[in-house]
Amino acid sequence: MSEKKNLGTSEIEVTTFSQTWLASLSEFLSGTRVFYFLVGLSALVLLITAMFGVNAMYKGYRHAYGIYREIPWGILISGYVNFAVTSTGLCIVSSIGHVFGVKSFIPIAKRSVYLSAVNILAAFTVIFFDVENPFRLPIWNALSPNLTSNIWWMGTLYGAYLFFMTLEFLLLLLGRHRYARVFGLLVLIFGIAAYGNLGAVFGMLYGREFWYGPHMPIYFIVSAAASGCTAIIFYTYLAYKITGEKMEREMELSLQAVGKIWALFLAILMFFTTWKIITDFVGGEGRVLALKEWLTGKYAFNFWLFEVGFGLLIPFFLLLISGFKNLNQMFAASVFAFIGFFFMRFDFVVVGQVVSHYFEFKVTDFPVILSYNPSIYEIMIIIGAVAFCIMAFLVGEKVFKGHKTEIH
Amino acid sequence: MFKGIKDWLLNLKNEGVEQVPDETKREFLKIGLIITGVFAGGSLFSVVSRVAEGFATPEELRESYPYKPHYSMVFKVDRCIDCELCMEACRKTNNVPEYGWRTMILRRYDESALDQKVMFMPILCNHCNNPPCVRACPTKATYKDKKTGIVRMASYKCLGCKVCMAACPYNARYFNEEKHAIDKCDFCWESRLSKGMTITACAEACPAGVRIFGDLSDPNSEVYKLVHQLAKPVWVLKPETNAKPNVFYTIS
Repeated sequence: MSEKKNLGTSEIEVTTFSQTWLASLSEFLSGTRVFYFLVGLSALVLLITAMFGVNAMYKGYRHAYGIYREIPWGILISGYVNFAVTSTGLCIVSSIGHVFGVKSFIPIAKRSVYLSAVNILAAFTVIFFDVENPFRLPIWNALSPNLTSNIWWMGTLYGAYLFFMTLEFLLLLLGRHRYARVFGLLVLIFGIAAYGNLGAVFGMLYGREFWYGPHMPIYFIVSAAASGCTAIIFYTYLAYKITGEKMEREMELSLQAVGKIWALFLAILMFFTTWKIITDFVGGEGRVLALKEWLTGKYAFNFWLFEVGFGLLIPFFLLLISGFKNLNQMFAASVFAFIGFFFMRFDFVVVGQVVSHYFEFKVTDFPVILSYNPSIYEIMIIIGAVAFCIMAFLVGEKVFKGHKTEIH
Repeated sequence: MFKGIKDWLLNLKNEGVEQVPDETKREFLKIGLIITGVFAGGSLFSVVSRVAEGFATPEELRESYPYKPHYSMVFKVDRCIDCELCMEACRKTNNVPEYGWRTMILRRYDESALDQKVMFMPILCNHCNNPPCVRACPTKATYKDKKTGIVRMASYKCLGCKVCMAACPYNARYFNEEKHAIDKCDFCWESRLSKGMTITACAEACPAGVRIFGDLSDPNSEVYKLVHQLAKPVWVLKPETNAKPNVFYTIS
């Protein structure tokens, strides 16, 4: 009896599901010219950059990229970190509403989950072009796991994360909020665990003084939450600008709430950055050298203008000025933070490697401070990933009709 | 006040050491050694601590090494003349491409040195007992050989994620395009040792006797004797990383 009943329910689900997709398709086909132009433009950029990526694969990364033996990780790893951080952050911030039930955070949930999936796909795409043998990854990740490796854990957990996230999003689309909530919790747990491991990829390299330490996973999570808030404000604001719709009161309140916790996370990041610097000053010689290169050397411009200015101070003060009410100012803050955060991750990855391995022996074979300049191929792949995010965002807005949530 | 002490000291009688028990003598000598060690501070008097630092394994493993044979290399670093015959032999033996290296000779230059200004320092994979690269590799493509302690590569498993390159404190790894994998020194395991030879190509090629290769767990081997002694300083590179290298440096 009960089996029959279940069968009935799933049949209804199937029809709803296919109806949803049909409706989505017709929705996509009903776009305006501007919409198609923007989608087409980002698709074109994506295509061009994909050609760069494939060409780099064909040429060999040693010839195409700026990385080399002493600095094996460059802008692609930073880009990967950046997209993964945004994905995890979106997941963390949106979970406040749809997992933990804080009402004011519920309107942002659907868009956040969707963008979270988009960002993790962008991250995977970037890492695909960094790893030399990406096709071996699924095979040997499963057949020869190294449980002491953070990369293994990160890859595996992010795999599960994406899987549960897809389910969660589908359930949200179908309006099955109770089940979506369960998966939302799973996604949150897997996302935090995965991203903690990404922090530990750096933090547990005991041969690299600048990164080494237990604070890395914590820093990464705070940085993720800050990035998540940035992305929510940035994309939600744009979504309403593009459609020209007036923002609902609930959504406005939601963004204001996001703005408040964003300011908190920015403050924590400032606190962390300050103490990271002060601690590095009294660290080993290698640490001090890296620190000097970061604050006063080749990366000083990045640090002071982009990291401190764009990434932390300007958004923080813009938020304060906005009184967490003026959405235009909050959007401006998110634009600054988006740029600043990318530099934050770039510097983090590169400065961790710039001190030459044998500097303390006064060797003449390597300079004390090594340098890395990203090649055009690497930059194009990052641009491609950004274009992918924008395109997916636009299509998502259209297909999922502005990710509207009915509040019960 | 000091006058009183002076008088007291001058009036002290020598009691002789005949009556002092051995235990007390030893204690006294130890105090002397510690004080000398602390205040001398330089490399000479910290030899004792350097040896402890240099040991590949913790104290309790000194007698029973975890690998048999426990392959190790000792550099008599002052003998190196930078002829690069070792590098050439390595390239030929292990098919190392021109863009990479498994072993290299670093040139140290110190203008402020009182004696010679230049010194050569050969480097290769340190085959650490606590290898950062092996811990970090997601697929066990690089692993610590359970029998010999050599850090080896299973090239077919290598993803090329380069985390081992980032993890290695010794710059011992590079990506080999021909192998589609990270390549590194394996103490000539694949090219020579596994085929019955007992010495690496670089150690064989060295005309100055810089590179001493052997089994650290064998008390009759030269590497064992060079490492287990106090007369000459023995050190490892970057002990602060706690990687516990099996490559040692000493002077002849």
